[in-house]
Amino acid sequence: MGKRVILHSDINACYAAIEHLHRPELNGKPLAVGGDPEARHGIVLTADYIAKKYGVKTGMALWQAKQVCPELNIVSPRMDLYLRFSRMAHEIYGEYTDLQEPYGVDESWLDVTASGSLKGDGYKIAKEISNRMKSELGITVSIGVSFNKIFAKLGSDYKKPDAITTMYEDEFKSKAWALPVSDLLYVGRSTNQKLARFGIKTIGDLAQTDEHLLMSHLGKMGGILWGFANGYDDSPVKMEHTHAPIKSIGNSTTTQRDLENDEDVKIILYILAESVAARLRDNGFKCRVVEISVRDNELYSFTRQHKIDHATNITGEIATEAYRIFKENYNWRKPIRSVGVRGADLVNDNYWEQMDLFSSVEQREKQMKLDDAVDTIRRRFGFYSVQRGLMYRDKSLSSVNAKEDHTTHPIGYFG
Amino acid sequence: MESVKVYVDVTAEFSKEGVLTPKSFIWKDGKVYEIQRVKDMRRAASMKAGGVGMRYTCVVDGRESYLYYEDNNLWFVEGKAGA
Repeated sequence: MGKRVILHSDINACYAAIEHLHRPELNGKPLAVGGDPEARHGIVLTADYIAKKYGVKTGMALWQAKQVCPELNIVSPRMDLYLRFSRMAHEIYGEYTDLQEPYGVDESWLDVTASGSLKGDGYKIAKEISNRMKSELGITVSIGVSFNKIFAKLGSDYKKPDAITTMYEDEFKSKAWALPVSDLLYVGRSTNQKLARFGIKTIGDLAQTDEHLLMSHLGKMGGILWGFANGYDDSPVKMEHTHAPIKSIGNSTTTQRDLENDEDVKIILYILAESVAARLRDNGFKCRVVEISVRDNELYSFTRQHKIDHATNITGEIATEAYRIFKENYNWRKPIRSVGVRGADLVNDNYWEQMDLFSSVEQREKQMKLDDAVDTIRRRFGFYSVQRGLMYRDKSLSSVNAKEDHTTHPIGYFG
Repeated sequence: MESVKVYVDVTAEFSKEGVLTPKSFIWKDGKVYEIQRVKDMRRAASMKAGGVGMRYTCVVDGRESYLYYEDNNLWFVEGKAGA
């Protein structure tokens, strides 16, 4: 196989750039896109480059951001608008290759190997894409050009905004190896700490460490990261529209006020389970694993999952299981700030069922019909037209439509 | 001088090939401007008015001006603040 030409294109400060474009009056002024401060999900989703200079960072609470940058303009996110831009960006990429793999809303890998003869080398294509993004969409991108996905991503992070960085085979030792190892995809905080204990600070350090030593301390991931650092990543850019069927469907929410007791949590778990189950049904899936995530008001978080006996997309079953897992794993030392429910290990909904003596098939069928009926009513008359009695215990807590408000997250690299 | 986004009413024509071409627009004072010729159409961002769409380079009264068809199905031109 010849050398591949892989681009990684990253829209610079994506949400903030799109907001700037639509608000010329804020030109040259610091801007951050953040959740509605009154609904308490008050964090910065994206800050523009001016705000970043003041020290505004993604994930910061809005009041903190205002402290470091008093003139900051905070605007609420308009996800539908960003998704529209994301689609338009994909249309532009699509003119250079059919091999494009999105990574979140604002990043994409493109395998342009086959376009070489027609469109020129990787750098030339990157330049053309960059110019078109500017003139057609009014936003800038950073693009990395390399022979694999990992170094292409490093290249797009190398210089921002509005830059093109090559990471060719004869360059990566001088460019990539000098970077801190935490810049590498999949080196998170905890891996970074482990590596630091061995004196591994840069990607170069990692590349020159003995592979077996890494594997003995980090397991399989040690070998993978070592390969990444040495440029051995040969994972393909996955073709458009050929995503492997999704692995899980989940929803989480930060609540308007802290959750203080079992009943509060039950309300939220049921809302989330309703959304997860409805989305499973919409897509013709059932799950065989239920997972919950909990984050307390000091931002400590954990997830727990449990395999269930019958593949299900019944709201009641998922909710009951989620609540059971929660009861087993939380001791109420602190109030809770956010919770999530996820259905994983998905199968098609025509998946065969092993029947057993202890669960009533008839009962389950009734529940499925019930869910069907609720779905139909909601489709016709709106989400709030039919509610569980539980939701009336606390109207402000239960006023989220988790299914419509849900956010999508990047799919995993190994997906 | 600051530019602003001015949404306008447009009369346009669909050809049987599916090409959409604006023929005239009504400015906010009510005056109808005939578009004599469309010199270019492409997707473009308007940094002045703030928006993205199909940009038609129109000749109106012998002068060139941009008319944008946004993907929210509204037409706008780059006006001048206070004009």
